[in-house]
Amino acid sequence: MDTYSLLREIADSWVLLAMFAFFVGVVIFAFRPGATKVYDDVADIPFRHEDKPAQRGGRPEEA
Amino acid sequence: MVNYFKLIALGLIALFALIAANYARDLAYLVNAVTVALAAIALFIWTLRRTDEPVPNVDLSGEYMDGVVRAGVIATALWGVVGFLVGVTIAFQLAFPQLNFEWAQGFLNFGKLRPLHTSAVIFAFGGNALIATSFYVVQRTSAARLWGGNLAWFVFWGFQLVIVLAATGYILGATQSKEYAEPEWYVDWWLTIVWVAYFAVFVGTIVKRKEPHIYVANWFYLSFIITVAMLHIVNNLSIPVSIFGSKSVQVFSGVQDAMTQWWYGHNAVGFFLTAGFLGMMYYFVPKQAERPVFSYKLSIIHFWALIFIYIWAGPHHLHYTALPDWASTLGMVFSIVLWMPSWGGMINGLMTLSGAWDKLRTDPIIRMMVISVGFYGMSTFEGPMMSIRAVNSLSHYTDWTIGHVHSGALGWNGMITFGALYFLVPRLWNRERLYSLSLVSWHFWLATIGIILYAASMWVTGIMEGLMWREVDANGFLVNSFADTVAAKFPMYVVRGLGGVLYLGGAIIMCYNLWMTVRRSPAVEATNQMVPAE
Repeated sequence: MDTYSLLREIADSWVLLAMFAFFVGVVIFAFRPGATKVYDDVADIPFRHEDKPAQRGGRPEEA
Repeated sequence: MVNYFKLIALGLIALFALIAANYARDLAYLVNAVTVALAAIALFIWTLRRTDEPVPNVDLSGEYMDGVVRAGVIATALWGVVGFLVGVTIAFQLAFPQLNFEWAQGFLNFGKLRPLHTSAVIFAFGGNALIATSFYVVQRTSAARLWGGNLAWFVFWGFQLVIVLAATGYILGATQSKEYAEPEWYVDWWLTIVWVAYFAVFVGTIVKRKEPHIYVANWFYLSFIITVAMLHIVNNLSIPVSIFGSKSVQVFSGVQDAMTQWWYGHNAVGFFLTAGFLGMMYYFVPKQAERPVFSYKLSIIHFWALIFIYIWAGPHHLHYTALPDWASTLGMVFSIVLWMPSWGGMINGLMTLSGAWDKLRTDPIIRMMVISVGFYGMSTFEGPMMSIRAVNSLSHYTDWTIGHVHSGALGWNGMITFGALYFLVPRLWNRERLYSLSLVSWHFWLATIGIILYAASMWVTGIMEGLMWREVDANGFLVNSFADTVAAKFPMYVVRGLGGVLYLGGAIIMCYNLWMTVRRSPAVEATNQMVPAE
């Protein structure tokens, strides 16, 4: 089998399946139990450290 | 001690660049080599003046690195005006061919200025905006100073050198004739080095982040950096004819080359002009609206859907060519599927304002961001439609395509960048507010009306052109010659040029406003970190 046909066969079968499964997995992961609480918290990231970096190893003091 | 090695390296670069200039086989290479030599000499002197001087040892880890972002903001505004000016020039060159002056033939005619315009607006204006905002955003959302110290400055100045080399190269005839990838081999190599440094700074900052979670904007920025690196390297695989000349030969040929080019070209749109700018949207729209993004879950799905689908859409640029039908059908199907993540992202951006819609009335900056997201939605509706083979048979090679690109570029990329610049300048220069909000409103309306004139005239002229090209008489002969369509397009070309003038005028007003913000606006009262314990 020439390289093209071989790559084509792999791409059309297992790679396609793997990518699709990964994508479905991401969607399911985004809706996992407890996700809403986590994402509500991380959606606030832009509002936490406007002026200066967090101090070494510490949580933001204004939290 | 490090400075001695720097001086040796810079001296050698200057020497080799001058040797290359001496042996140069063509004018573009000569000028580029001299440019490199001058840059190396300037940097040599700059480094020399700092060598063996005492270095104050200040701990900067408690501050963000904003100097490079400030430089990027200035570069974005200036390159934007340059790019828009060249765009207006070539728009009028199309309407009035006399503007291809005889004395400038071979240098400033439409064919030379057109790639200068596209590269200036996409890479100089858009690229600087992306680099500057990504450095700003990654620091704020990671709660960490940029990684790599002065490496960020290397990225900034290295990128400016890419722009200057590419621009002078185009004018003097160095091009590999690949749309949006015109720079010749040595500029490609240099950009690769700069881009690796950019990647290192960005990832290094993410690695040392203090926030446990990587904010969604950084995901978009990172996918933009990685994908552009991949696209750039594969599409620019070429072998120089001589190391002393600008000419190189592509490794791919025929339809493979065409497919590689449009895999690159469409993903330059998808990852440079979309993913990167979505990173801007996911930070600056929530910040300006002062509320978190509408749905963080949707933003995650938006991200993965967009990057999984965009990469396949390229073949729709090659309908009815030597490309196999299955490939162009694949590209078309993925382009249509792409509609969904695009609109998911648009809804996510727009709905971030839910509960704060009144800001649209009072805040011209949020208005700019909202219309930008609106244009994103509009052009991501238009794009999939145009990728359908039957529609494409009418629209392809006509000015409809040009109109589509500009509703995305002027509307989406331009407006979100202007919004980000208006957001950034008061903060970066420690000013209380912008110099004038009414000037922002002027900019908003000039730009919006300019885009509408541009897009509407290009729809009319594009569809007219497509219909005229395919019109046949009862015996099956073509009715119109090509020159007939050119003559019929004249009024729309003038309207398009006027739209460009309005857009350029708005950008100049913005530059004035930002300049006056830095010069005249009251400074934010200094908040001393060392507050005595009371």
